[in-house]
Amino acid sequence: MEQDKQEENSGKFSRRDILAGLAALPIVGVIGYGLLKNKSDANKRNSSLLSDIRPELQSGIPPLIEGKILRIGIIGCGGRGGYLMKALGFVNPERIDEYIRNGKTDKYWVQYLEEFRAQESLNVKVTAICDIFDKNALQAMAAGANVHRNGKGGMMDEAPQRYNTYKELLASPDVDAVIIATPDHWHVPVALEAARNGKHVYCEKPLSWSVSETYDIRKTVKETGIVFQLGHQGRQTESYNVARSLILQNVIGKISLIEVCTNRNDPNGAWVYEIPPEANEKNIDWKQFIGQAPWHDFSLERFFRWRCWWDYSTGLSGDLFTHEFDALNQILDLGIPHSAMASGGIYFFKDGRTVPDVLNMALEYPDRDFTMLYSATLASEKNRGKVIMGHDAYLELSDTLIVNVDPQSTRYKEKLKQGLVEPFKPIYSYVPGQGAVDAITSPTEKYFAGRGLLYTYRDGKTVDTTHLHLREWINCIRAGNGAQPSCNIDQAFQEAMAAHMGTISYKEGRRTYWDKEKEVIV
Amino acid sequence: MYYTKVQAFALVILRISIGWHFLYEGGAKVLNPHWTSKAYLLDSGGFLKGFFEQFTANHTLLTISDYMNAWGLTLIGLSLITGIFTRYSSIAAMVLLLLYYLSHPAFPGIEYLFPSDGSYFIINKTLVELFALLVVCVFPTSHIFGLRRLIKRTEPIETKYGTR
Repeated sequence: MEQDKQEENSGKFSRRDILAGLAALPIVGVIGYGLLKNKSDANKRNSSLLSDIRPELQSGIPPLIEGKILRIGIIGCGGRGGYLMKALGFVNPERIDEYIRNGKTDKYWVQYLEEFRAQESLNVKVTAICDIFDKNALQAMAAGANVHRNGKGGMMDEAPQRYNTYKELLASPDVDAVIIATPDHWHVPVALEAARNGKHVYCEKPLSWSVSETYDIRKTVKETGIVFQLGHQGRQTESYNVARSLILQNVIGKISLIEVCTNRNDPNGAWVYEIPPEANEKNIDWKQFIGQAPWHDFSLERFFRWRCWWDYSTGLSGDLFTHEFDALNQILDLGIPHSAMASGGIYFFKDGRTVPDVLNMALEYPDRDFTMLYSATLASEKNRGKVIMGHDAYLELSDTLIVNVDPQSTRYKEKLKQGLVEPFKPIYSYVPGQGAVDAITSPTEKYFAGRGLLYTYRDGKTVDTTHLHLREWINCIRAGNGAQPSCNIDQAFQEAMAAHMGTISYKEGRRTYWDKEKEVIV
Repeated sequence: MYYTKVQAFALVILRISIGWHFLYEGGAKVLNPHWTSKAYLLDSGGFLKGFFEQFTANHTLLTISDYMNAWGLTLIGLSLITGIFTRYSSIAAMVLLLLYYLSHPAFPGIEYLFPSDGSYFIINKTLVELFALLVVCVFPTSHIFGLRRLIKRTEPIETKYGTR
């Protein structure tokens, strides 16, 4: 009997054959039903979220405006100056060899070099450099000559002219625009001189070292009409634009609190940079370094780790808070806060520095009904991120963006009740390179939403934001129609004043206020 | 090949449940226009990590990988459930599972972003399913329960009474 059932198959089909042959088909039907049900639920969730929200994504990078070669001078060719030159397309050939060497053991460097070589040429030439440490100056000259992005022994062009003082460089007729990457206390003096000489300025952040010079530079930039960009490359971060568009569409509801942080935990992050062994009084122009700072005898530590002293630096508020402030200013049009209260201390790096390594600041915006909190430590890497907290949802922001629903939300109350959205779970995510802002539906997507860096860092195909920021500045110069880039002097003024309010509050142990009418800190 | 009723039942259940798993996994991917194997490939570990990561760097390769996964799983699932071409589909399924295993081997010391649903040492559920497919492959049942039963045989069948 058994044997018949299993083997009788060569002749006509019995009813039993047909039953056993087709019995599995309903199973396919059941699975099909499951799939379609799942799909329609996902669609429902998707459309219920997306129906009235249109997240905005910039479509690609605006094209480079054509024009004659722009002649650029670099003032300050240290760590940041070198990086800015790379973003312009110029790297010292020895560094290129170093990338190649490192690439033999670590693939990251192979890609790093590939990306650099693929970086679009901005049609610029570095014609002049100025640095008061000989080694930096020579390296920058070699970088400037390396038009073809070669290693040592490769084809080089003419090296830029070295000037011993910024004034000589700015007087040169061979320079159309300058990049300022000096210590903080030199930003405004150099920028002022540049503007007066009609040179366009890309200035590293923060805008100013003292309050009074902040007014001077704003006035001069406006009077001279030069194109000014402050070096907050975060302006080019796509997720910030997406955040702005979501907030404008009230996706997260009324905002009451914004939390931003700095979390570093290594000597480099705490500005304890290595001191080159060859550095000494003979190859450093110490007098020029001091500038408007109070006199101090020659000190290698102060020269290379200048960020640790108020004499040349603006501390955490100028160096790192400003990045966070500018990001939020870009997203929410914050403006200068009504008041600021700061506290902190030198709690970890007791190395003779005068600037704090832990700093907390509360900036009040009573007109907007919210507080912005900044909290920084240079001795823990626990990442606390940027969070904008609304009544309906909170937005977590980095290179990626995630919107999570609040269980007590009014806006999403019905959807929460219907189970279309889950409390504390992401409803939107944006990951660079994804090309779209997604409404999140599946558990896997939810899981990966919080780990967007997987894409940005491992995939690696990201465009350097500093390159984009320089490019925007160069485009404005070439357009020549009076247009200013995104981090213009007004934005820079707000950034500087917000940071100064925090610094003064910390130093004087009191709350500082912004007098809107008189435009002064009181 | 002769099976008792219980043996046949056990083998059919095994075949259909694996088919069910494949069809649902595949169908969910086919129906989701945003699905991509990218995240999974980027999360690869073990000695073939670099090989799997390569797929994510090239758009064409990634698209091929996405299609092969989504439709591969779907067709294998359909085949195992309905009982047609099951030998070929179970071999294809084993190849797919082997690739999944090699991209995420359960070797000590390798950590993945995707959390594991249990504790595994070398043998994990992917490998168990792979070996279950080996059983499905060498103990065919589609001539008992499945479309194969309705297709006229052209090749000889072995029975306990000899080949016919």
